[in-house]
Amino acid sequence: MVGALLHFSALRRLVAPSASRPLLQAGLQHARQSSHFTYYPDTVPESYGETQRLNLFQSINTALDHALATDDTAVIFGEDVGFGGVFRCTIGLQDKFGKDRVFNTPLCEQGIAGFAIGSAVGGATTIAEMQFADYIFPAFDQIVNEAAKYRYRSGNLFNCGKLTIRAPCGAVGHGALYHSQSPEAYFSHTPGLKVVIPRGPIKAKGLLLACIRDDNPCIFLEPKVLYRSAVEMVPSQDYTLPLSSADVLVEGEDITLLAWGTQVHVLREVAELARQQLNVSCEVIDLVTILPWDQQTVFNSVKKTGRLIVAHEAPITSGFGAEIAAAVQNECFLHLEAPVERVCGFDTPFPHVYEPFYLPDKWRCLSAVKKLMSY
Amino acid sequence: MAACPVLAATPAAPRRALHLRDSVAGQQHRVNMAAVGISRLALRPARLGLLPRTRQAAAGHRVAFTRALCSSLGEEQPNFPGSRSTWTEKLDFVQPDLYDGIPVYRVMDRKGQIIDPASDPNLSEEKVVKMYQRMTLLNTMDRIMYESQRQGRISFYMTNYGEEGTHIGSAAALDDQDIVFGQYREAGVLMWRGFPLDRFMNQCYGNEADKGKGRQMPVHYGSIEHRFVTISSPLATQMPQAVGTAYAFKRAQNGLCVICYFGEGTSSEGDAHAAFNFSATLECPVIFFCRNNGYAISTPTSEQYRGDGVAARGPAYGIATIRVDGNDVFAVYNATKAARHITVTEHRPVLIEAMTYRIGHHSTSDDSSAYRSVDEVRLWDSTQHPIARLRAYMINQGYWDEAKEKEWKDDCKKQVMQSFARAERRQKPSWKLMFTDVYDNMPEHLKEQYQYMKAHVAEYEDHYPVKNFAKEQ
Repeated sequence: MVGALLHFSALRRLVAPSASRPLLQAGLQHARQSSHFTYYPDTVPESYGETQRLNLFQSINTALDHALATDDTAVIFGEDVGFGGVFRCTIGLQDKFGKDRVFNTPLCEQGIAGFAIGSAVGGATTIAEMQFADYIFPAFDQIVNEAAKYRYRSGNLFNCGKLTIRAPCGAVGHGALYHSQSPEAYFSHTPGLKVVIPRGPIKAKGLLLACIRDDNPCIFLEPKVLYRSAVEMVPSQDYTLPLSSADVLVEGEDITLLAWGTQVHVLREVAELARQQLNVSCEVIDLVTILPWDQQTVFNSVKKTGRLIVAHEAPITSGFGAEIAAAVQNECFLHLEAPVERVCGFDTPFPHVYEPFYLPDKWRCLSAVKKLMSY
Repeated sequence: MAACPVLAATPAAPRRALHLRDSVAGQQHRVNMAAVGISRLALRPARLGLLPRTRQAAAGHRVAFTRALCSSLGEEQPNFPGSRSTWTEKLDFVQPDLYDGIPVYRVMDRKGQIIDPASDPNLSEEKVVKMYQRMTLLNTMDRIMYESQRQGRISFYMTNYGEEGTHIGSAAALDDQDIVFGQYREAGVLMWRGFPLDRFMNQCYGNEADKGKGRQMPVHYGSIEHRFVTISSPLATQMPQAVGTAYAFKRAQNGLCVICYFGEGTSSEGDAHAAFNFSATLECPVIFFCRNNGYAISTPTSEQYRGDGVAARGPAYGIATIRVDGNDVFAVYNATKAARHITVTEHRPVLIEAMTYRIGHHSTSDDSSAYRSVDEVRLWDSTQHPIARLRAYMINQGYWDEAKEKEWKDDCKKQVMQSFARAERRQKPSWKLMFTDVYDNMPEHLKEQYQYMKAHVAEYEDHYPVKNFAKEQ
């Protein structure tokens, strides 16, 4: 998309390689000032072995490295992935694995998706990149009508289960309409797809490898604001984490806070604020997988707490929060002590200068906790 | 005056140019072929020696042309990264009608006579008879299935009338292991590969023997054994997919290619553009086979495009291209065989545009007399039909006669009718199969939805066509 090129220089402040360090620092300072969350690092059990300090783009890079190293059929392609990608996720891979395995495509998302499906049908483990999730819509037909329905419509004669599509998503501080979107709800309405969003480097590595090795077409959405800002000790080994399995990150008694991606970190801070300011015990859950989602973990939590807030950056109307709210009221009706509350982006396009007023930040979420607790 | 160091080191080469017709001005212009890039002679530029294929050779070519400019202006040839061409000081738009259309390659005339013996593929009698029999078997199946739809026995059908030659001619030139991606009007490719009549019928009926499990509309065939990727309705989506599979084949070094069929209407989709461009830049062993039959449902080609058909786009993408008479099964065979050789040995795409005519209605949901004359259809059915032409050839060769024709026709009809009856007698699959294969394994929420429906059907059994469906496995 032309937009990707137009805005590349603006986003480069966040993604530039170390050569332009002074510029990068200036950019990050700006980004930090406008940052709406504090990152809560994960830790892993010692049984995972040796770890290394990585940010999100680096952990994705190591996951891709494992994927290529362990599977000779695996290929990675998309716009500008050859030199390392505009977010550095594929850096070093072309040199290590060759141009036939890590390569640029023409600038055409429907082509990337269609080519990727065919590659998977042809037996190759296929990892395609959309430069921004905002530009995945030209590929919507290929993803929704083709990838998602391949196995079903052929009676399982053919499938594109070896396909994974990666795309940077979510708010980044200044991405405006076409570098900020969270399109997961569009895909959640499509049987046959798996949609996964990690909250940090440890999860990203294990979930991305799980997507790559899962025998269904997966869309892996990477919160781009975390590429550099999320840093933690990531296992060096090759590992996968389960799909369709939500994580209870903070146990609590009074209210369940549910999110995914960057928003998980917002809710973790809200849980602390609620404890300090309101003396409310929050249970924080990362949904992790949008489709098929882990209903049981969510239902169990809501049956315990009796209250639920779902928060996501995407617009509220028909956002995935709506699906969760409907399912929860259906399953947990007798346990609910207040209506399910959704704290989401507004039903507007994602704005540039108004981003601080658009996002479902910690103050809006905290306000919602207060409201539900006094319902 | 600045020196031209590149020139000094390069031997002079004659500028290559062609006479091209400018129909607007009615004048002859000399046009540099590299700049135009759309000539029929650009089809095989390397072989014809018109367009150098290597960078070095291209540079030498340009150097010769720009000699005069360099000497007078002191400038080298253009060095923009995005193109290979020369300077001109003449304001001159490249006109789309600058040249005659890409010619239609043919081998035999409308009476089945080989025009140039050098082009005769010299296929064995056995192979030619098989080609004829598969074309006519397809034709017989089409007539019976079309009628069965008219009688409400199947929900939908699309015939292949008039395009049988494109299917059989191309399929016969492929390796049977080459993967086929089709649109929906390529049943003859399956027929050539021995897809059983029963499987055609089972799919159209969506019965329990259908390997597609009754999920798709009729004529959406697919087969692993026959290397034919399951058809889907969205047009052109198969095109970039075919390219991706071809790329995987190239990496697997399996010596196979992919053929991708599509209609001229489909070529207007964005996915067609994506496919052409990806195939060229990623150097994929894929044959694009366009069936240009003059109509996309009711839309004539004059409302579909204004260039010289689909073939003229090939060279613009850097794709070797040819246009053939789609009603001449040998022309289709020869072109496909040569295309396969190019694409498999050189790992680059080839585009074949087969000119034909859609004799039947678009589908059983369409009455084509609403937008074209019956006389026009009759003309193609009577004078240019691929089946009639091959029959004439066979009679000329002594391979066929009236007696064989009658016997074969009766045999075809019997085979199709028997298969038809078998398919119609079968039950539909278990309705549980509505829920499987959405994913590799059934997720929890789908299991719940299945259990819900099972309980519901048990309670309201009288209101569902349970008796027509197989019992749960």
